[in-house]
Formats: sequence, C-alpha cells, structure tokens
Amino acid sequence: MIEVALTQRLGAFALDVGFTAGAGITALFGPSGAGKSATIAAIAGLSRPARGRIAIDGTALLDTEKRVFVPKHRRRIGLVFQDSHLFPHLSVRHNLLFGRWFSPRDARGIALAPVIAALGIGHLLGRRPATLSGGERQRVAIGRALLSSPRLLLLDEPLAALDRERRLEILPLIERVRDEFGVPMIYVSHAMEEVARLAADVAMIENGRIVGQGTPSAVFGPQAASVGEDRFASASVLNATVAGEDDAYGLTELRHPAGRIWLAERGGAPGRAVRVVVHATDVTLALARPQQMSVRTALSGTIAAITAGGGPLASIAIALDGGDRLAALATRKAVAELGLKTGDAVFALIKTVALDERMIG
Amino acid sequence: MIALSPEEWTAVRLSLLVAFTGTLASLPLGIFVAYALARWRFPGKMLLNGLVHLPLVMPPVVTGYLLLLSFGRNGPAGRFLDEVFGIVIAFHWTGAALAAAVMGFPLMVRAIQLSFEAVDTRLEDAAGTLGAGQPWRFLLVSLPLALPGVLAGAVLGFAKALGEFGATITFVSNIPGETQTISSAIYSYIQQPDGDGPAFQLMVIAIAIAMLALIASELLQRAALRARKQPA
Repeated sequence: MIEVALTQRLGAFALDVGFTAGAGITALFGPSGAGKSATIAAIAGLSRPARGRIAIDGTALLDTEKRVFVPKHRRRIGLVFQDSHLFPHLSVRHNLLFGRWFSPRDARGIALAPVIAALGIGHLLGRRPATLSGGERQRVAIGRALLSSPRLLLLDEPLAALDRERRLEILPLIERVRDEFGVPMIYVSHAMEEVARLAADVAMIENGRIVGQGTPSAVFGPQAASVGEDRFASASVLNATVAGEDDAYGLTELRHPAGRIWLAERGGAPGRAVRVVVHATDVTLALARPQQMSVRTALSGTIAAITAGGGPLASIAIALDGGDRLAALATRKAVAELGLKTGDAVFALIKTVALDERMIG
Repeated sequence: MIALSPEEWTAVRLSLLVAFTGTLASLPLGIFVAYALARWRFPGKMLLNGLVHLPLVMPPVVTGYLLLLSFGRNGPAGRFLDEVFGIVIAFHWTGAALAAAVMGFPLMVRAIQLSFEAVDTRLEDAAGTLGAGQPWRFLLVSLPLALPGVLAGAVLGFAKALGEFGATITFVSNIPGETQTISSAIYSYIQQPDGDGPAFQLMVIAIAIAMLALIASELLQRAALRARKQPA
C-alpha cells in the first residue's frame, strides 16, 4: 500500500495531490502539464515537496511534519523514464546489474535470468545503449529498474517516445512484468488506451489536483459529460468478456450486456475479461436497430444526459444496458433533428475498424 | 640537429617533472572543485569561482609574490610545512610545481567543469533511484562520462604548467638544476651574448612538447568517445 499526499509550489503551478496505490498497476492519468511528472519526481525522491507524506506499507519515505526525508538512493523505488536514460558508457548487462550492486543482500528478490526472459533482451546483453532501438532501450530500462528489486516501480510515460508498433510490442511485456514479479507499479500516462489496458485503478489528475480515482470505467465514464477542448481525447471504457473468435473472418466477438462488440483483432481466450476503450467520435447513435448498414456493433441503452454548449457539437452520455456509460459526440443539428432527449432508448453504433488491439486489455 | 648541453637537458627534464607533478597533484582537487561548481549550490560559490580563476587574470608576478609571501620560509604556510613535515618548497623544484599547478588550475577546472555540466543530471537521478549514493553516482556515472573533459583539462593544465614563467621565477627564482625550467632557461640564454643557439633549441623542444601534448589529448578524447558508441 502506497500513500501519497503532497503540496508543492513550482513557480505559478501548484501541486496538491493525494491518492493511494495498492498491488498491481495504478495509473496516474491526466493531460500534459497536469503535475504527473512532478508527483513522480517527489515519490522517487528527486524533489523535496514543501509539505506532504509518502509512505510504503506504513513506512514513511517523506513526512514533512516529522521531518522525515529518505534520500532517493535509500527509497528502493525503481523509476523508468520516458527516454530510458540508460548509462551510455556501460553495456546492457552492466546497466541491468547496476541496481543490484547497491541493493541490500537480503532484498535481492528479483534475479537476472527471469527478467531477461520476461523482457526478451537476452541477445542485447553485450551491446551499448547507443546501438539499441528506442523499443529495446525502453525494455532494458524496465529491466534495470526491476533488477534493483524495488518496493515500488514508477513508470513515467514509458511508451510516449515510441511509435505505435513499438508500443504494441512493449504493452504485453509490461503486463507480463505486472503478473510475474508482483511489484506494485504507478504508471503515468496521458494515453487512455494504455491506462485502460494495464491498470485496475486510475487516479485522474488535472491542474495539479486528483479529480477522481477508481476503476477505469468509473473514472473515464463521467468524462462523457464534458465537451473537452480536444474532442478526439474524449472516450469511455467498457467492460466485456471474450465470447469467441470468428475464424472465417478473423474477428473476435466480445460479450457485453448491451450487445455484442466485434473486434478486428485477436482478443484472447474465451471468458477473458477485457476493457474496451471507445472514442466518443467513433460512436454513432440510432433510434432503431440498424439494418442494411456495415456497422456490426450496436449497443442498446438510454440517454442519460445531453450536454451542449454554444458550439456545433453536443456530448451525449448513454447509460448502456448492464451498467457501463458510453460517451458519444454528435452535432447539435443531429440531436435536434432526431429529437434526442434524456431517457430516450438508443442504439450506439461502433465501427469495428475503429477498435484495435490497443483498445482492449 | 639538436645537440643539447647537460644544463639544457636538465632544464628539459625539470620542466617535465615540474609540469607532471603540478598537474597530477592538482588534478583530484581540480576535479572536485569543477564538480562542485558544476553541480552544487552552496554559499560562497561565487567567491570560490573567483578564487579559482584569479590566477588567469592576475599578473603572474603577483601570483608568484603571493606564493612567496605565504609559502616562503617566513610565510605562514611555508613555516607550517617546514615545522610540521620538514618540507621546504621555496626555491625548490616542488615550489615550481606548486606555482605551475596554481597557474594551470583555472584552465583545468574550466574544461572539467564544462564536461560535468554536459552530463545529463537525469543519469545521476537514475543512478540514485537504483540505490547509488552521492559518491558512487560520481564515481560510476558522472566521472566516466566527463572523462574526455577531464583529460582535456589535465592537458591544458599541463601545457600551461610547462610554459609558466612569471609566477615561477618570482616564487622560486631561476636556479639551474633546481628551479630552472625550459622557460626560465630560455630567458637566461637570451640575456647572454652567445645564448641565441641554445635558446633556439629549447624553443623548438618547447613547441614539440606542447604539440605532442595536444595530439595525445585529442587521441585520448577520441578513444574515450568511441568506446561509448561501439559494442562492448
């Protein structure tokens, strides 16, 4: 159990956050400049907040009231930076072993061999960081942090500097690390897909404050109410289970109380619980179950709220049958012409091609 | 072509001894001061920075006279060294090494400080989160990464030490076989009616040593940088 409560002034920006993190992955989610990295720096001991308390399993690493400040090298908190920051003068092997040289003998819980196997970096051991690709560097960086046998692993936007292909390659490795090594992790990101896929618990941060914490669907659901500055960032998370695969067409069928969701990728074994991220711009509303249309996914629900400002767009929150909330964006004109109002029964149509492997987890 | 007399050889040997000793003895302190100036914030930092760089802008004679006042037989530091350790450095080759070290120090510190500043502080942060305390972060991360700059600084200091004249002659005079370096030997020969030949020879040697030092430092730096890019 990790407890974090911090107050810090950074120029004109005020950070005032409080949250807890348990086992598995806790995501710290928010837009750029919200205070995510400042929070991570304070937890790792790279900065010294004016007021606050940080504790792991009841042991204080920072307690300004009791004048406790454990320096970074005694915290045993691993940190993976966005740009890996491997030691350029050391080989991959020595980068990996660096933390082990300093960890107390009785705390070396994580050994080299399983880490190398889990991250698939055995063939890189003799190389220098300068000769590695971005994805390889990041895998080594995760291994390096893990091998210091940390009590907590912080990942500060570890995939942000990578392209889509590399992200898809590393996401399952992070899941593997989560499941195999049992180190609690705080995962910082502004990518909802990554967070929904990896984390069971999300703390949402905005303007230096935590504005919500809970499961991905609970935290991302209420977002439907606001027409944000960036309409492409608005999305919701649905909880579904894998029903089976349609081998003839290469599709995966996901079961949701509100209907079937088709996915144009492999989705894993039947019965597996998955979270699906649906962008509000990919949702179309229909008053009747559609016929003679290419869209295969139609989820039933009722309109919970319609929010429209002075602009051309309206944000519609749909309470799906079975409990999840889905955000949809439509023009005000469409809302008026269809006569949509709160309480109406609707079908939410989602193009299968808009959902890929990144969207589920 | 170059046939040196025993006295001239002595001056060359003494120059090298003085410059090597001065450089090597001041290098650890130079690295420490450079790191402190590059990384730490502390009261009196401006003052330290000024003190380090003062010999660069002060007349060398003034530096030499200050050394004489403090490290001479009657100076406080000189008396302390004499009474406690039995070391006399005034009018001794070790005094020449001290003068050379003081005069080369600003150049050395400057180059090393720049290379420490070029080391990404995030690498030190990374080493810290991996459990390395300050001394280990310095030894395993900052110093190896700043090594090319440390070499450059040492060579600059060495070159300056070789050519040092004003402070040396003021502090330890110009005693053949004890404190007469290439520079002060050339000065002596120029004062003599038939000294042009030996002065010219020593001048060629001085240029050759300086050139060799610069080439050596360039090669060392390249090797250090190459090692980082190649597979181990």
